[in-house]
Amino acid sequence: MYTFSNRLKIASIVLMIVGILGIGYGFISSPSTVEEAKAMVAADAHGHGGGHGEGHHEEVGTHHEPKVTHHAEAEEGHHGEVAHGQDAATHSSHDEHTLSKLQNRPWAAVLIAAFFFFMIALGALVFYAIQHVAQVGWSPLLFRVMEAISAYLFPGAVILYVFFVLTSAFHMNHLYIWMDPEVMAHDGILQLKKGYLNIPFFLIRSAIFLAGWVLYRHFAVKNSYAQDEANDNTYYRKNFKISVFFLLFFFVTESIMAWDWFMGLEPHWYSTLFAWYVFASMFVSAVTVIAMVTMYLKSKGLLEYVNDSHLHDLAKFMFGLSVFWTYLWFGQFMLIWYANIPEEAGYFLTRIEHYNLVFFGMLLFNFVFPFLVLMNSDFKRVNWFVMMAGISILIGHYMDIFQIVMPSTVGELWSFGVPEIGSILFFLGLFIFVVFSALAKTPSFVAKRNPFLEESKHFHY
Amino acid sequence: MASKVIQAIYNDDDILMSAVKRVKEAHHHIEEIYTPFPVHGLDKAMGLAPTRIAITSFMYGCVGITVAVLMMNFIMIEDWPQNIGGKPSFSFIENMPAFVPIMFEMTVFFAAHLMVITFYMRSKLWPFKKAENPDVRTTDDHFLMEVTLNNNEDELTRLLVDTGAVEVKVSEKH
Repeated sequence: MYTFSNRLKIASIVLMIVGILGIGYGFISSPSTVEEAKAMVAADAHGHGGGHGEGHHEEVGTHHEPKVTHHAEAEEGHHGEVAHGQDAATHSSHDEHTLSKLQNRPWAAVLIAAFFFFMIALGALVFYAIQHVAQVGWSPLLFRVMEAISAYLFPGAVILYVFFVLTSAFHMNHLYIWMDPEVMAHDGILQLKKGYLNIPFFLIRSAIFLAGWVLYRHFAVKNSYAQDEANDNTYYRKNFKISVFFLLFFFVTESIMAWDWFMGLEPHWYSTLFAWYVFASMFVSAVTVIAMVTMYLKSKGLLEYVNDSHLHDLAKFMFGLSVFWTYLWFGQFMLIWYANIPEEAGYFLTRIEHYNLVFFGMLLFNFVFPFLVLMNSDFKRVNWFVMMAGISILIGHYMDIFQIVMPSTVGELWSFGVPEIGSILFFLGLFIFVVFSALAKTPSFVAKRNPFLEESKHFHY
Repeated sequence: MASKVIQAIYNDDDILMSAVKRVKEAHHHIEEIYTPFPVHGLDKAMGLAPTRIAITSFMYGCVGITVAVLMMNFIMIEDWPQNIGGKPSFSFIENMPAFVPIMFEMTVFFAAHLMVITFYMRSKLWPFKKAENPDVRTTDDHFLMEVTLNNNEDELTRLLVDTGAVEVKVSEKH
């Protein structure tokens, strides 16, 4: 029996309050008119110029200006009045663009953090289903940990769905350009995708996957508890069966989810393995969190039969899945880099140009560090080593979701500040609160009548 | 060193394991054990040092990636930086994604093959090597334990028969 310690509860509530304030500040400080947006960009540029020295800045300016006028003169020579009119139009549309990007920033920050914690719960649920279907002998002792982590699935799903309703049906932000009827009307390429990219269908699809995942979680956990009190294996068999169908459902809906929520941010771009790439991120983060919560509970003396071989297995999964993620990251990047077809390469051009440190830096967190730390068999049994690798993996995969969402919504006007940190803190607090409340409600940390329980208790590697 | 060993033959791996523990407890030196298949935990029971072959493999992998990087940097960037299909050959890093498949394969190739060769050398295995089997049945269904003999034949025989050996005999050491 676990009681949600008061200190942890207060800490999670404080995180949520601080996070809400941060998110609120992000929305208040985002510009509402073109003039405000211009002023913000100018202030930002001034700040940068001051940092790097005015002289350099001016030099660049004078160097460029003659070229520009020359170009404009040539244009005028050819087109006369028409070119002039167009120029003014592009200028004002540029400002609109800047405004909508700056307005997107707090929304994007919320989406990133909301999805990041949601995907941990979802990944833990998939891992749980796989353990059932594969009839795994080592993991039944950790089932209650996985069930508790997946408890965040329901609140997380509700928040995400509300977010998408506000985004699409109420047009409260410009994250998805295809949701803007103005854009749709003038974009021939998007019109061809109208059959898929339309708001009612988008909302129906999202509702179906979220409902499907939440329902599986509900019944799987219910059966798992019922099995504790049962006299035969009926509930175990039921869970086996629904887990098989959940996995079939999941791998179809996960692909569609990745196209809808993330590829939809960049509707002129497409990549075949994108959904798997998002899945890899989800799965490795989830296994990491399972390992972290297991270590925490073990350190509190709550997981009696869990030994370092269980930790070793989780650490092996962290290691292997980190490499798997890197493989998919590189597979996607290298194919597009190599062929360099303009309509595909644009995606990575934005990321390399404006997000260089995030885009390549995450490799250090997601691949290099866990690879070197978790390679040694002995280190995989040492709690603080696994914890360090886990923190690195989680930071890295936050950066991963960040670099999927931000470049497509905020573009070069991004920064990492109050709205982003506020969103992380809010969802971290909520995640801790929900997961540990669920642990406190768990009747027993041992899945008592699971047929593989004895094997799991004596698991030794 | 004694030139004679006593050989005890067992026909079950569980009995062998408990025999190993008892012989170790009685402080006799186990020279060698021959089994038809890997017996899980036997090395621990015998007190053998853990293998270091994984460490050698890691180092061979490092050699492999170094070879790949130096090779491609010299060939593609330094020696003859041609424009091949518009790939940037100005510096190694600019064209690196194209080299990664080779870097990966070379790392695996070196790590795997050199480790296998290390294994052959350390365990003295080669094509025309004479088999060192004291009893042909140990390749099929019997387990054989060799214990060093120091003029204590009777005592050892009694101990080994007691541990469940189906056959105990004294022989010259190979």
